[in-house]
Amino acid sequence: MSDLLVWVVALPLLGAIATVAWPRQGRALGVATALATLGAALGVLAQVMDGTSVHHELGGWSPGLGIGLAADGMAAAFLAMTAVVALAVSIHATAYFAPGSRREGFWPLWLLLWAALNALYLSADLFNLYVTLELLGMAAVALAALGGGRAALEAAMRYLVVGLVGSLGFLGGVAILYLTYGSLHLGTLAAALEANTATWGALVLMTTGVLAKAALFPLHFWLPPAHANAPAPVSAALSALVVKAAAYLVMRLWLDLFGPAVTPAAGMVLGTLGAGAVLWGSWQALRAARLKLLAAYSTVAQLGYLFMFMPLLMVQAPGPARNAALGGLVAMALSHGFAKGALFLAAGAVQQHAGHDRIRDLGGTARALPATTFTIALAGVALIGLPPSGAFLGKWQLMAGAIDAGQWFWIPVVLAGSLLAAAYVFRLLGHAFGPGERANAPFAITIEAPALVLALLATAALGLGAAPLWPLVGGLGAPS
Amino acid sequence: MIATQLLYGLLGVALFALGVRGTLADGPFLRRVVAWNVAGAGLFLIFVAGAYGGAAGADPVPHALVLTGIVVAVSATALALALARRLKEAARDE
Repeated sequence: MSDLLVWVVALPLLGAIATVAWPRQGRALGVATALATLGAALGVLAQVMDGTSVHHELGGWSPGLGIGLAADGMAAAFLAMTAVVALAVSIHATAYFAPGSRREGFWPLWLLLWAALNALYLSADLFNLYVTLELLGMAAVALAALGGGRAALEAAMRYLVVGLVGSLGFLGGVAILYLTYGSLHLGTLAAALEANTATWGALVLMTTGVLAKAALFPLHFWLPPAHANAPAPVSAALSALVVKAAAYLVMRLWLDLFGPAVTPAAGMVLGTLGAGAVLWGSWQALRAARLKLLAAYSTVAQLGYLFMFMPLLMVQAPGPARNAALGGLVAMALSHGFAKGALFLAAGAVQQHAGHDRIRDLGGTARALPATTFTIALAGVALIGLPPSGAFLGKWQLMAGAIDAGQWFWIPVVLAGSLLAAAYVFRLLGHAFGPGERANAPFAITIEAPALVLALLATAALGLGAAPLWPLVGGLGAPS
Repeated sequence: MIATQLLYGLLGVALFALGVRGTLADGPFLRRVVAWNVAGAGLFLIFVAGAYGGAAGADPVPHALVLTGIVVAVSATALALALARRLKEAARDE
């Protein structure tokens, strides 16, 4: 049954090729591919639900020679979240791109991006991770340039340079590890790894490279223009999924691979950068003049929380407390994926209706687009971290872990970040509910419904139904 | 033999460092793309130098990696050039 691992990567790839061959059928093929891939991803999730992991060696080549795929609870959770967000993005995109626009260019790139994401979650070997990182980066840059305007192209160029330097750093680390330990397989390497200069060099090169792609403060400078100038479905995919995949890779490297080399002090560095991201990103989101820029800066902030878990995970001994923190980390990441997907898709609906996304001039939106305004409010609940959202569980575990590890100084950061998030969400809602003359728009189901479903998932479903998440990720990367 | 290996390895490190510096420095976009390719070439040189095994024969895995790396670098360069051209056209139209 490990064949499913191949299908989650192969289906979007085949879909991408099909949409190149039959561009006129792009929308139908895209949605069909999205449905099939979602099915395969949920199948993988069902297989690892009992806490096991599945492996697949492509073509029967032994590990180390061929391409190995592996899924554990964390990978399957990200896989499933990605599939749900991707289906929503696909449905939204069928109506978003007007005929004659660059719609034909969207589908192949978008499905290729999805294939790269899934392959990244499942790769069991360092060199394949490098290839998926490059695929992901190139598809993301091409999508970001799809808007075609000068601002979008300049942002895409900056994004490309950051991505290219980031992957070079990653490849440099791969070279060091292979020449030192003679293997690229994650499991083999993790068993052989020792804390020495070569390992440290590889750790620094790879972490810095991937952090640039994950837009961790202060390497976030490229993100707001690139995400804010792309078409709405693309922004949703970039913000909810692409940067999250890079963050996922950092977690994987630090928890699974570099276990013997990373120290609490190194975790403290990541935590401090994360705290900086939370404060700076939230502050910039509060000052943003445009809705999509607000959403992009909010991504910078929300990614920061994920890295604030690292100093706690570095010092906690394996056991219930550490598992609780791990589950909180995954809940936070999934919740942000759903909420940010919802917010950017809703922003697309607002922009199409009003013709702009200047927050100051959004008066009357609540009356004209009630469903979308409700979506923004629900996504806002998850961004602030109010109960019952998944982010509430995540922040709760973050603070509980900080107390447990004796690192109380993270708590004021979490509180300040939540307060700032509340401020930027309510500022946005204040303008949306303000007076303004606007034509009433009928409920556009393909444009508005996907965002609403994502927001409901982030705020209600994930928060109330998150219990299976903890056994799913428990025991991951226990330090030896 | 070790000296040869070391010489090529260090040359690779120097190329990598120079290339990364050139990519991150301010300058024309084309120059940065070329600098990125220089850095990549340096990295490939490190791989190849590490694979050198003298009379025992070379380790084939790094060669396969470098080959894949070259394909990736060519595609990335093509994308960068296409973007640069698009930007020039967009600037002219305004």
